[in-house]
Amino acid sequence: MAARKTAKKSNASAEELKKFYRDMLLIRRFEEKAGQLYGMGLIGGFCHLYIGQEAVVVGLEATAREGDKRLTSYRDHGHMLACGMDANGVMAELTGRAGGYSRGKGGSMHMFSKEKHFYGGHGIVAAQVPIGAGLAFADKYLENGGVTFTYFGDGAANQGQVYETFNMAALWKLPVVFVIENNQYAMGTSQERSTSTPDIYTRGQAFGIPGEPVDGMDVLAVKAAGEKAVAHCRAGKGPYILEVKTYRYRGHSMSDPAKYRTREEVQKMRSEKDAIEHVRDLLLIGKHATEDDLKAIDKEIKAVVNASADFAKASPEPDPQELWTDIYADV
Amino acid sequence: MAIEILMPALSPTMEEGTLAKWLVKEGDTVQSGDVIAEIETDKATMEFEAVDEGVVGKLLVAEGTENVAVNTAIAIMLEDGEDASAAVVAEVAVAAETPVATAPVAASVPAQVAAPAPDRSPDWPEGTEVKQQTVREALRDAMSEEMRRDDTVFLMGEEVAEYQGAYKISQGMLDEFGSKRVIDTPITEHGFTGIAVGAAFGGLRPIVEFMTFNFAMQAIDQIINSAAKTRYMSGGQMGAPMVFRGANGAAARVGAQHSQDYSAWYAQIPGLKVVAPFSASDAKGLLKTAIRDPNPVIFLENELMYGRAFDVPVMDDFTVPFGKARIWREGSDVTIVSFSIGVQYALDAAEELAKEGISAEVIDLRSLRPIDYETVIASVMKTNRCVTVEEGYPVASIGNHLSATIMERAFDYLDAPVINVAGKDVPMPYAANLEKLALVTADDVIAAVKTVTYR
Repeated sequence: MAARKTAKKSNASAEELKKFYRDMLLIRRFEEKAGQLYGMGLIGGFCHLYIGQEAVVVGLEATAREGDKRLTSYRDHGHMLACGMDANGVMAELTGRAGGYSRGKGGSMHMFSKEKHFYGGHGIVAAQVPIGAGLAFADKYLENGGVTFTYFGDGAANQGQVYETFNMAALWKLPVVFVIENNQYAMGTSQERSTSTPDIYTRGQAFGIPGEPVDGMDVLAVKAAGEKAVAHCRAGKGPYILEVKTYRYRGHSMSDPAKYRTREEVQKMRSEKDAIEHVRDLLLIGKHATEDDLKAIDKEIKAVVNASADFAKASPEPDPQELWTDIYADV
Repeated sequence: MAIEILMPALSPTMEEGTLAKWLVKEGDTVQSGDVIAEIETDKATMEFEAVDEGVVGKLLVAEGTENVAVNTAIAIMLEDGEDASAAVVAEVAVAAETPVATAPVAASVPAQVAAPAPDRSPDWPEGTEVKQQTVREALRDAMSEEMRRDDTVFLMGEEVAEYQGAYKISQGMLDEFGSKRVIDTPITEHGFTGIAVGAAFGGLRPIVEFMTFNFAMQAIDQIINSAAKTRYMSGGQMGAPMVFRGANGAAARVGAQHSQDYSAWYAQIPGLKVVAPFSASDAKGLLKTAIRDPNPVIFLENELMYGRAFDVPVMDDFTVPFGKARIWREGSDVTIVSFSIGVQYALDAAEELAKEGISAEVIDLRSLRPIDYETVIASVMKTNRCVTVEEGYPVASIGNHLSATIMERAFDYLDAPVINVAGKDVPMPYAANLEKLALVTADDVIAAVKTVTYR
């Protein structure tokens, strides 16, 4: 596919653009594979795919430094891959196998990595928001300079605990970036049917928290906004809100027939705003890469994803004894 | 190589479905994401998207076919450069991949940490100096000692700092530890509990004071779904080393919303530890143990006990282990099991019963998760009769659980059914006379003991 004429040139380096392309493509191909394995019955229960929203987490991860923390809701596969967690371990958790990050005991919605500072994987809408502020509380208490990226959706933004958290995060100047991934639908309820004021980023004003809207289909715009937010936090000025406007191409979960929006709406976003195509265009127009270069990346990503699926199928189910482990830490 | 398109599972419960409509025909080129078919599941009609790009080689299942099992091959896709002959080859063997069957699980006991045999060692060495101290002071000393010992321990809650504690538990702590470690929160239980859970994930050891546990209902999702379950869900990678403490149960004349005993609620949750002390020494020793425990601990206090004084050992580092009951009074005719303020009713009843020649053994469970089954069972095997006493509601109570356990493990030793003395099955009334009727009394305990001893 040739580059579209609409894409503008960018100052981003070839290396950075390629990394964005690779990272976003990994998420998309991984999620497509997850959908496929779900269809085969290898993944059970709930499975929420991140397809369409890739630029949000990839752009923000570009602003994080070692030791920074992140957590999100149950639509979490993209966040885990973006922070460097191993695709094999994530996919094997999806299939409920011993090789998964939680040894099969968490599933799609509940994965964690102490090593990569990924704190879940939370299944209760908005429960991760105060927890994220709490991680930031710990960073401030321990004076380690860390920042926590707390992701939640436009649906979660209507939960009361979000505003309890905004109040305390501002009051105690906690180094937390609240990333509202506004994909416009809280499961099947559109934002206009659920949300009294459409600009969620303004909701920090009541607490003195600055916020701004961000084009979530443009990874460079996300990164630029993220840098500003992170600098604010690291300077000890307290929390910052980014409302990142994005779009999920798939249903809320695998069993969502998505009758609340038209096929045309989805197709329009995919064909005109796709974040991966955008970076692809930037790479081609800027002559940072040739079609062949990108094909090579595609091939490389496909290999990683296929390997993760093979690993996830081959990994054994957890030992029955695992039923009784990890309930309590040893005293 | 040609790719088989399999009948997808499109809901957590789908086993078969109807291939309602093909939206592509043989020879069509499709891109990843294109809708190729409509499939009716047990819940809805779903659009089925292509995952790979390629050419539709052959449609194997006609549209309108019902009861197509998940994982049946429904079409063959050709990749670049392949022709339809590849489809025929691929059609031959369609092996559905299914997970390995799960082996049956043998053990089915609750996830409790029970001691193998009753531990009857004294809580402190004989000859140790003791001093009279209130439960209130004992709680404060426990927190202060642990905060001196470990910089990551901090206290947060409503009015814990400048006000010196709504019930004066944290009196003087702000002066000693400063506002970084003794933190007044806004009135926002759900929010600050979540923040404390996050702080625990992040390497601190929070003590969360709920002014009373009635208000913790606002935060119960964070306590159970976030604090208690994360260790399991993370495969042991992280958890919440923290204490939730505060007054639990009825105070006096504060009405239905401020007078509930939550012991049985929390005791049901794997991942939590639950403690409900009666005496000051237990309040101190158990709270110190709770703060050091790497798991979330629910520490249930009782407002009416805060001002009561007991002997507390004068020791540098006095702790009481979880899962070890205390026998307050030995006896031979009946076992009375209780915890928290219920122990007082049990002791008062035992005193009266002794006058009538009935010898009651009084066991204070002290911790409800883990629970010291061994001490209870050993006692029941000796006395052959049991009465449980608690202030909480009678349905699905701690007493109910003990009765079941005794029936399972000591059925042949019982000379009478176990009786559960509990709070009445009503919201707490305000009127003084009605409130008295709703609460457990020593007289209730005496009546129950007389029933089980056939007096």
